Amino acid sequence: MPQVTLTVNGKQHTVEVENRTLLVELLREKLALTGTHVGCDTSQCGACVVHVDGVSAKSCTMLAVQAAGTSVLTIEGLAKPDGTLHPMQEMFREHHALQCGFCTPGMVMSAIDLVNSHPAGITEQEIRDGLEGNLCRCTGYHNIVKAIAAAHPLMHGKA
Amino acid sequence: MPFEGIGASVRRKEDARFLNGRGHYTDDINRPGQLFAYVKRSDRPHAKINGIDSSAAAKAPGVAAVFTGADMAAESIGGLPCGWQIHNKDGSPMAEPPHPVMAVGKVRHVGDPVAVVIAETKQQAKDAAELIAVDYTDLPGVATMAAALAPGAATVHDDVPGNVCYDWHIGDKAIVDGVFASAHKVVRLDLTNNRLIPNAMEPRAAIGDYDVNSGEYTLYTTSQNPHVIRLLMGAFVLHIPENKLRVVAPDVGGGFGSKIYHYAEEAIVTWASAKVRRPVKWTAERTESFMSDAHGRDHVSTAEMAIDAQGTFLGLRVSTQANMGAYLSTFAPCVPTYLYATLLAGTYKTPVIYCEVKAVFTNTVPVDAYRGAGRPEATFLLERLVDAVAHDTGIDRVELRRRNFIPADAFPYQTPVALQYDSGDYQTTLAVALKNGDWAGFETRRAAAKAHGKLRGIGISTYLEACGIAPSAVVGSLGARAGLYEVANIRVHPTGSVTVFTGSHSHGQGHETTFAQLVVDQLGVPLDQVEVVHGDTAKIPFGMGTYGSRSLAVGGTAMVKAMDKIIAKGKKIAAHLMEASVEDIEFANNTFTVAGTDKSKTLTDISLAAYVPHNYPIEELEPGLDETAFYDPKNFTFPGGCHIAEVEIDPDTGMVAVVNFTAVDDVGRVVNPMIVEGQVQGGIAQGIGQALLEAAVYDASGQLISGSMMDYTMPRADNLPNIHVATENTMCTHNPLGSKGCGEVGAIGSPPAVINAIIDALRDYDVRHMNMPATGEKIWSIINAGPSKLAAD
Repeated sequence: MPQVTLTVNGKQHTVEVENRTLLVELLREKLALTGTHVGCDTSQCGACVVHVDGVSAKSCTMLAVQAAGTSVLTIEGLAKPDGTLHPMQEMFREHHALQCGFCTPGMVMSAIDLVNSHPAGITEQEIRDGLEGNLCRCTGYHNIVKAIAAAHPLMHGKA
Repeated sequence: MPFEGIGASVRRKEDARFLNGRGHYTDDINRPGQLFAYVKRSDRPHAKINGIDSSAAAKAPGVAAVFTGADMAAESIGGLPCGWQIHNKDGSPMAEPPHPVMAVGKVRHVGDPVAVVIAETKQQAKDAAELIAVDYTDLPGVATMAAALAPGAATVHDDVPGNVCYDWHIGDKAIVDGVFASAHKVVRLDLTNNRLIPNAMEPRAAIGDYDVNSGEYTLYTTSQNPHVIRLLMGAFVLHIPENKLRVVAPDVGGGFGSKIYHYAEEAIVTWASAKVRRPVKWTAERTESFMSDAHGRDHVSTAEMAIDAQGTFLGLRVSTQANMGAYLSTFAPCVPTYLYATLLAGTYKTPVIYCEVKAVFTNTVPVDAYRGAGRPEATFLLERLVDAVAHDTGIDRVELRRRNFIPADAFPYQTPVALQYDSGDYQTTLAVALKNGDWAGFETRRAAAKAHGKLRGIGISTYLEACGIAPSAVVGSLGARAGLYEVANIRVHPTGSVTVFTGSHSHGQGHETTFAQLVVDQLGVPLDQVEVVHGDTAKIPFGMGTYGSRSLAVGGTAMVKAMDKIIAKGKKIAAHLMEASVEDIEFANNTFTVAGTDKSKTLTDISLAAYVPHNYPIEELEPGLDETAFYDPKNFTFPGGCHIAEVEIDPDTGMVAVVNFTAVDDVGRVVNPMIVEGQVQGGIAQGIGQALLEAAVYDASGQLISGSMMDYTMPRADNLPNIHVATENTMCTHNPLGSKGCGEVGAIGSPPAVINAIIDALRDYDVRHMNMPATGEKIWSIINAGPSKLAAD
């Protein structure tokens, strides 16, 4: 059985996996990081989104062995050690951008990548289009869009 | 100090764990020594099971056991019960065929459980399941109600002739027929309500954990109502007494009704855990959810409105076929009857109504309540019919509604379909919605869109619904087999903090925050000193759970009643401590005072005295400050409102964009405006999804074609507009909060608003009706068939 070494939330791990083990399974089952969720089996829903080397990736559509040598950031690694929330987490709370919370980890991680890749500014339509890979059944997205728009200036130092 | 009581948009306490990935969902739970279950399901819609050979599977790597329906039958395991008995027109009870946990003798839908493999890993269980050989003889399947009702059709259940579960009605047909015979005009509409798949983002999961030492079973499950599961599974399926069965529903990732029912997998893992003497864990794959979670809606109806020359509604006559699927799910029979036909007055003073409903078995997944449960079906029918009346008579759509509204001074209003509405002001919600949605300015927007080659339309829906379920005796007389009260236990701790144990179970509604706000309001305890506990039958005396927009109206009222008891007891203690008579004690803002003096004691002084009863009226009063209330509501509640959808169609593609959505809803007392808005927005998103995107599709043979999210269109952020929600409230008159509930109104009012808007956009093509979903293909076909072609579907 192969071993894969990767950094997760700043800590290095070496984990024994099967060839067919998905990255999300490694995170949830081997590292007990259950914040990343599985919501579908066709790569549509985005509940599994994490950052791999700074870019969002659907961890259900990546093999664990593909993540060897990478640095993975999950929802558990976002807040500071003293509990201070990332601006995106803060804005999700402020704007009621979550209800059941199941899509939230993947939604937040996707949203951070989306805002990171639009440093000059982001329109409402760009936010909606950029969330194409994330499903939410509870909120209707209205407040998620608001939260992301509000997080943009906080993340790009223009608050 | 920020205000955190009733009316404050307090930010949610539960967000702290959800935002940090520390939610505690069922699949996050792992029990020591657990095995994994994989359910083998029928891949065909209708077949006799001649035999199941699981010998190869049993010997596969890691496999602990393989079980089938025959194994359960051998131990007298009961079938999954139905919680509501409907009667036919002739008074006889509905057909109630057996619903075995795993199929016995026959499989009746694609997805019907046939066997379960229990193994060391999920993959080993799944691999072994492929080695199970099922010897089937295929039978003809009936995938639609039309096929099921055709003469000579195959029967889904051998002892249910013609596949009719029941043939029910409400109203006096003779009277209604008489009104129709003499009416100035009758407007008729044939319509369907499309089958939907709820698809909460968290797939269902269950863990059965049998303790070999104590003989106690624990079931962890993605349920909206753990006590109901304990009751149904313990009493009717596995025959386990309540004191030996604990059901825990931890964080649940959305439900929308689909997680109400007692499902086979719950019984399977609980039972199997005792057989293998280790915990057994099952988690659905999404494709599996598509063929095992209860589906929603699926009606075919004919609706007729009799009117006079001014468009006054004289009578309504409806005939509906409702799909039950292959088996009766827990609440299925009541959805197209008492949650549907009783809403056919809507906001109108139609004096006579008759509705007959035929419930039909088909070789499809069982159908049960899904957000709105019967009321979206009633509202779609009514609001489409009203627009059809406007279309056929030339009377303005808004004016027609105004003319027929129940006036604001007519409450309490007894409808001709059993329900008595307590309060409402439909003229006002309409007026506010018309203003918020700028109805008056629409024609200018239509012309501007036309200049850009787009077809713009606006549509309205004025509706109400019945929720806050329900008065137990009333629903009992209508066939319910359970009570529908709710329970709250308020525990004031010695040092003044409060724990609320509630039988409600939030799965996104934010109860940990809103329920705490009720305590802030009534007991004056700060929000951060209130904890709300839900979801564990070991901690909470009882409960009926969260669905039917009942948690605030019924669960919240139970809390209010329990707090009333706390205050009453507190006053006696305060009277003793302050040497006054109890009649002179007042309570407000966390403080007991002697009227007319400056003597006071805080709730904390009282609670400390209650648990350390040294200076205490011990002869008259037990120590402690811990009260429970069971609240049985007096009536349903009747929220409702006015929804306005504005759409723009691209004639080249037929694609519809919802460019604006305005909702004005009457939800009674609002505890947390932010949460109410979120509930309405989410419901509207599902309603727009139903109107434009979603359809559960079977082929003629009964294969589920829309079998995954690849083929079932879930609404995404770029399918939806900003959703403008406002409330214009009249208080519920029969609960102390005045709350009517808001969880489902969004999904109820919105679909007809969207379809009415599309038909308005296509007015040059003279479309009289369109069923949902209004896909690009449907609309493109209408446009390309040319103007003046009447289209029905």
